[in-house]
Amino acid sequence: MSSVNPLRGFTHRRRRGAELFLLILSLLVGVGAYIAVGVGVEGAVPADFIGYGGWLAVLCVLCHVVVRVVAPYADPVLLPVVAALNGLGLAMIHRIDLAELAENPDANTFARDQLIWMTLGVITFIGVLLVLRDHRRLQAFTYTSGLAALVLLVMPLLPVLGTEINGARIWINVGPFSFQPGEVAKVCLVVFFAGYLVLHRDALALAGRRFAGIDFPRGRDLGPILVMWLVSLGVLVFQQDLGSSLLFFGLFLVMLYVATERPGWLVVGSTLFAAGAYVGYLLFPHVQARFDAWLHPFSSDSSYQIVQGMYGQAWGGLVGRGLGQGDPTLIPFSYSDFIVAAMGEELGLTGVMAIIVLYGLIVERGLRTALVCRDAFGKLVATGLAVVFALQVFVVVGGVTKLIPLTGLTTPFMSYGGSSLIANWAIIALLLRISDQARRPLPDLSGPADDDATQVVMVR
Amino acid sequence: MNKPIRTMSIVCMALFVALLVNSTYLQYLQADELNSRNDNKRVRDAEFSRERGAILVAGNSVAQSKPSNDQFEFQRVYSQPEKYAHLTGYYSYTYGRNAVELTQNDILSGSDPRLFVNRVVDLFGNSQPKGGDVSLTIDPKAQNAAYDGLQALGKDVKGSVVALDPSTGAIQAMVSNPSYDPSGLSSHNLSTISSSWEKLTGDPDRPMLNRGIQEVLPPGSTFKLVTAAAALSSGQYDPDSLVPGGARLDLPQTDTDLPNESGTDCGGDKVTLTQALMVSCNVSFGYLGLTLGDDALREQAEAFGFGDEYLDDLNGQVASRFPEDPDAPQSALSAIGQFDVAATPLQMAMVSAGIANGGTVMKPYLVDEVRSPDLDVLDKAEPEPYRNAVSSSVARDLTQMMVEVVDQGTGSTAQIPGMKVAGKTGTAQSEADRPPYAWFVSFAPADDPEVAVAVLIEDAGVARDAISGSGLAAPIAKRVMEAVINQ
Repeated sequence: MSSVNPLRGFTHRRRRGAELFLLILSLLVGVGAYIAVGVGVEGAVPADFIGYGGWLAVLCVLCHVVVRVVAPYADPVLLPVVAALNGLGLAMIHRIDLAELAENPDANTFARDQLIWMTLGVITFIGVLLVLRDHRRLQAFTYTSGLAALVLLVMPLLPVLGTEINGARIWINVGPFSFQPGEVAKVCLVVFFAGYLVLHRDALALAGRRFAGIDFPRGRDLGPILVMWLVSLGVLVFQQDLGSSLLFFGLFLVMLYVATERPGWLVVGSTLFAAGAYVGYLLFPHVQARFDAWLHPFSSDSSYQIVQGMYGQAWGGLVGRGLGQGDPTLIPFSYSDFIVAAMGEELGLTGVMAIIVLYGLIVERGLRTALVCRDAFGKLVATGLAVVFALQVFVVVGGVTKLIPLTGLTTPFMSYGGSSLIANWAIIALLLRISDQARRPLPDLSGPADDDATQVVMVR
Repeated sequence: MNKPIRTMSIVCMALFVALLVNSTYLQYLQADELNSRNDNKRVRDAEFSRERGAILVAGNSVAQSKPSNDQFEFQRVYSQPEKYAHLTGYYSYTYGRNAVELTQNDILSGSDPRLFVNRVVDLFGNSQPKGGDVSLTIDPKAQNAAYDGLQALGKDVKGSVVALDPSTGAIQAMVSNPSYDPSGLSSHNLSTISSSWEKLTGDPDRPMLNRGIQEVLPPGSTFKLVTAAAALSSGQYDPDSLVPGGARLDLPQTDTDLPNESGTDCGGDKVTLTQALMVSCNVSFGYLGLTLGDDALREQAEAFGFGDEYLDDLNGQVASRFPEDPDAPQSALSAIGQFDVAATPLQMAMVSAGIANGGTVMKPYLVDEVRSPDLDVLDKAEPEPYRNAVSSSVARDLTQMMVEVVDQGTGSTAQIPGMKVAGKTGTAQSEADRPPYAWFVSFAPADDPEVAVAVLIEDAGVARDAISGSGLAAPIAKRVMEAVINQ
């Protein structure tokens, strides 16, 4: 941070009132969607909407109060956007529950669990904000979080703990719950990368060869990137999880680039990624099946889900069928990975665009926080969190809408799933913490005005 | 570090813009294509719960949706299933749609853009949208005559009848036998649907095949009309020109000769073209094929519609064909409708209709009118010329020659008292071990044609020597022509 921050002379406003106003709008979206589901499916306003809406309101107000007290300068947009997405997701999961129950009274329902997970997510959010009063303290845990990430990634592979669900070995069983440790590993990895890069970025950026107008790093500095590449490949090979593998590697590359300011890393990394992906394609039938389903959805054996998703979204059209008026249960896993397709069917292109823009806002606020942050570690953490979020949204929404091959990742804040919700609430808490630090006015270090000369005290 | 962060912001923005653009493509631009796919259960469920429009023949419905009280609100009912099966088609939950149910699906299901205003009104009136009606060009009397005529030959007879209005191209009758009952396929009971489907597709007689348009067979001597048209159009012949008429024609490059059907000569060593057509002289027309050449024959055949698909209102039409590159003896055989010449009954009806209409072949059509649910006419078919096959003077000559065929020649069984009928028989050899195909094409009245017919009997289950165009096919053509004219 040798350059002078141009914003140094600018004082951010707290904007907590704006946050409260936006939160109320978000609550209206969430509770309104819940009521619309009741009207659409059962033809009546659901009797429990006051209890449900009250619970959501309590969670939102709690978050707001905690932010107001412990992070008063935090970004005012993030929390309302998250609340709106979470509320919409809950309403859609509830809607799919109702459809499943209508067909089979013993069907599994997810909405109640999801509400509990959201509550736990909010508790995590508050916990992070209360415990972590300064994000720079995390830098002390650089290697601890690196180790934690590795342990979390390995856990699903352990014989008793890990379980394979739907072909991907990314789950662990804790009592009655199953948990995706990869979601939490994501956050640990961001902290680890940031801490590591802050220390070593000079070495990584220092020397290299210039070729075709791009500075390429020295061979000996390639160590960490190769390790990361192997970890990503390991995730792909042993857990059969294409999405997370892409996510981790992409995250590392971007942070490396931001830390060193050298695009050469992107070139090296992208080449490595392409090579790894190609080898993975050759070696693993499930990767080939995903590609095949993407390229030829109407003639592939494994494309039922993506084709049903596309039919659902096409059926939704511009304005959607209306909540409760479509058939999202025709799409397998419409309550988790394919919830965007269910949104597309019932809320239409309009709804999907609104959701994508909301996600875009989260990323934009995260990157803005990184820009105004005053310390390198904070910048890197904020960038990492924002980019990992952007990549995840792109991979999952792009997969569901057939822009890229489908990979199994959760849709942040909307998919059913506890680990994802808790991890993403933690990400938002970290971003708020950093932005509070970044937007807070600088302490006045110049000292009191020194007009009066020092009094000479006479000592007798 | 701010510069790479700004770069990443742009990259992220590009990613999100890509998502927005792709969603727009999927849900707006590609949506219609996805919604029209046969295996799309959502669209199908919605359609099945909607009141589908009727298919009408002369104001009476042959297919309509009646209220039902099972999982869907309406059941498709076919009032004269076997007689109209190949025209209405089926409307199946599992196997999609066929024939007019398929080609006019947008109107029948109510999703056609022309019904947009109705849908909006329904939306605000909170009533279920309804489909529009489709009215066919079929003349029920002609259709009955054709269907009964084929049935009279036996339930298992394989054959087809197509009747056209020569001046418009409107299809007045189209029957294919054996037929089927689309009700089973259109049932709401999944096991009924699949068992009828398996029964129908497993039947060696292929009842779901519309033999009028979906099967090409050698047209035999009826193709001599095309050869005669080519000869007259060449300017080297008129109806009174003399052509060889002996018992056999020596085929160049081979040891074999081309004999006449009966083995006798055609009325002399040299006969007029009229006489040759009247007695269906293989020698004369084989000779014409040799001298005119295959290019002239193909050009003439294509002018009548060979090699093309021209019927939009039914799916699955097969193009009739004339061989690509025949040698001289093959050209001679092609000229009498053998070798690799193959035509649908619709095609032969168009040859007849083209001659009847002064040489101009009209584009055939089956859908006369489409109407909105409140009976406003949305669209009425406009007859349009398809091709100019021959000049009006050649058409006049051909008509006169065809009248002679019915008056004094092989087509006498198609005579209608008090009226001039123009016609041509055909008996096409197929493989040695199966019976020949009996054909008859005609139109009437010859001086002011109202109907042109083609009849094909593929297999009537009668003795081989009882099969002939004049014996089996011409009487049916006569009944159909009478049905159209006497009303």
